[in-house]
Amino acid sequence: MSAVTAAVAGVDTGDTAWMLVATALVLMMTPALGLFYAGLVRSKNTLNTFMMCVAAIAVATVTWAAVGYSLAFDGTGDIVGGLNHAFLDGVDFAPREGTTIPEMVFFAFQATFCIITVALVSGAVVERMRFGPFLVFAALWSILVYAVLAHWAFGGGWLQEGGTLDFAGGIPVEMGSGFSALAAALVVGARKDYGRQALLPHNAVYVLLGAGLLWFGWFGFNGGSGFSTGDPSVLAFTNTLLTPACTLVVWFALDLIRGRKVTAIGAATAIVVGCVAITPAGGFISPGWAMLLGALAALPSYAVIVWRTRTHVDETLDVLAAHGTAGLFGILFIGFFAEVAWNGVSDGLLYGNAAQLWDQVLAAIAAPVYAFVATFVLLKVINAVMPLRASAKEEAQGMDVVQHGEEAYVTGEGAILVSPEDGGQIPVAVADSR
Amino acid sequence: MKLVIGIVRPEQANQVLEALYRAEVKGFSISRVQGHGGELDRVETYRGTTVKMGLEEKVRFEVAVSDSFVQPTIDALCEGARTGEVGDGKIFVLPLERAIRIRTGDEDVEAVTPVGKS
Repeated sequence: MSAVTAAVAGVDTGDTAWMLVATALVLMMTPALGLFYAGLVRSKNTLNTFMMCVAAIAVATVTWAAVGYSLAFDGTGDIVGGLNHAFLDGVDFAPREGTTIPEMVFFAFQATFCIITVALVSGAVVERMRFGPFLVFAALWSILVYAVLAHWAFGGGWLQEGGTLDFAGGIPVEMGSGFSALAAALVVGARKDYGRQALLPHNAVYVLLGAGLLWFGWFGFNGGSGFSTGDPSVLAFTNTLLTPACTLVVWFALDLIRGRKVTAIGAATAIVVGCVAITPAGGFISPGWAMLLGALAALPSYAVIVWRTRTHVDETLDVLAAHGTAGLFGILFIGFFAEVAWNGVSDGLLYGNAAQLWDQVLAAIAAPVYAFVATFVLLKVINAVMPLRASAKEEAQGMDVVQHGEEAYVTGEGAILVSPEDGGQIPVAVADSR
Repeated sequence: MKLVIGIVRPEQANQVLEALYRAEVKGFSISRVQGHGGELDRVETYRGTTVKMGLEEKVRFEVAVSDSFVQPTIDALCEGARTGEVGDGKIFVLPLERAIRIRTGDEDVEAVTPVGKS
């Protein structure tokens, strides 16, 4: 083998191959989320909702490469990492410490996590938040909230050092997005028609398709979080099949009991809830307990959705219920059911190690509090500089036309081509003929 | 007996419905239509193609009422649909020659009066 093609010492080609695929799978989750979210909003906000996810890919990738990755994964500071990897400095083909994959792959894999987490938060503010301020929010949030929480959980921060287990992102991704979403909904405020009109999902097929693609991508998300093709990854991969299936079954039952019908949008939600619940626990619990986790995780998330819609909090797409609640549940579940025989790392309370439960409780308190407070303050500050909300009139017109000058379902009837000679001149209003 | 046609903004349709119910006007049909009423044209761009959207989405209410309900219907449409901006829509009142309730064969005023009302 020539020197050019030989892997750098310490790099495993099999692990690297899988991680390259896993990274692509996780990146796909963000457009999948866009589809899921777009189906849940009214048709006049389809594009804007999807575009917030696309914007997350754009903005969070840049901030992650600039400083986010470094703050999360450089050094073992308690609260944040250092700046030695800022602007990808030193991120090359050498293996990331503690893994057998090049740091470049590790960086890209982690970037896709930052991206989808930013996109998740948008679910709280769709249909009324202006696009410009969202871009600013996405950039700052990815650094100030996501990178910090990622450092706590994965980068050698205080939670990880203290022994908290989080396999694939229950802390930064799920609790980080869920409790930030609650703060965002409170700062931005409810949609003008919220609680006065039925604001219905405009395309349930998008929602199901989006959820299905999210589940597909989640195999890379959880299965890649062992950074190898080793046992933890294999366990997490299979648990990613088992847990959401059990959540689905229980969700069907809850739907039947409450409304006598199994709903499609409920099923799509259940898939996400199950995937979220197994995210922190994937490589730490046995398949049997993973199935129990899926079944039980349905209950608190279902309850939060039922409760939330009766409040004035317009956390529009239930990020708190699906991600915050299920993520928190999964984090705590590890504290009871982790098993050295399966994970080689630590036991939970059930296997005689009560300390693990305490480590999990600590994360379940610290991450939500930090995410909520930091997001609340950040949005208040941005709002002082640029208004977060569109006007009531713009909200009525729909964010697609107002923010993007496009519509998702344009017929083309009555559309008049503006020739380039007109210089794209904006036509003036015709006097009302009344 | 008149046919009242109201063409309103889609985003006001729910308010119009509420106003009609308050006025005890309970029989009507609606349809989605496109039209132009002198409002500012929207300019949209699709990958370099810039177009003026000449037609706006509207919702068209058709309400067949007996004479005493004509004014309440008009009032309800105005109340629910008015925002004060160009593009709020129009109301047309047309004479109605005949009306038949299919289920019973009731004709005219009987047919446009909700069951249990007359």
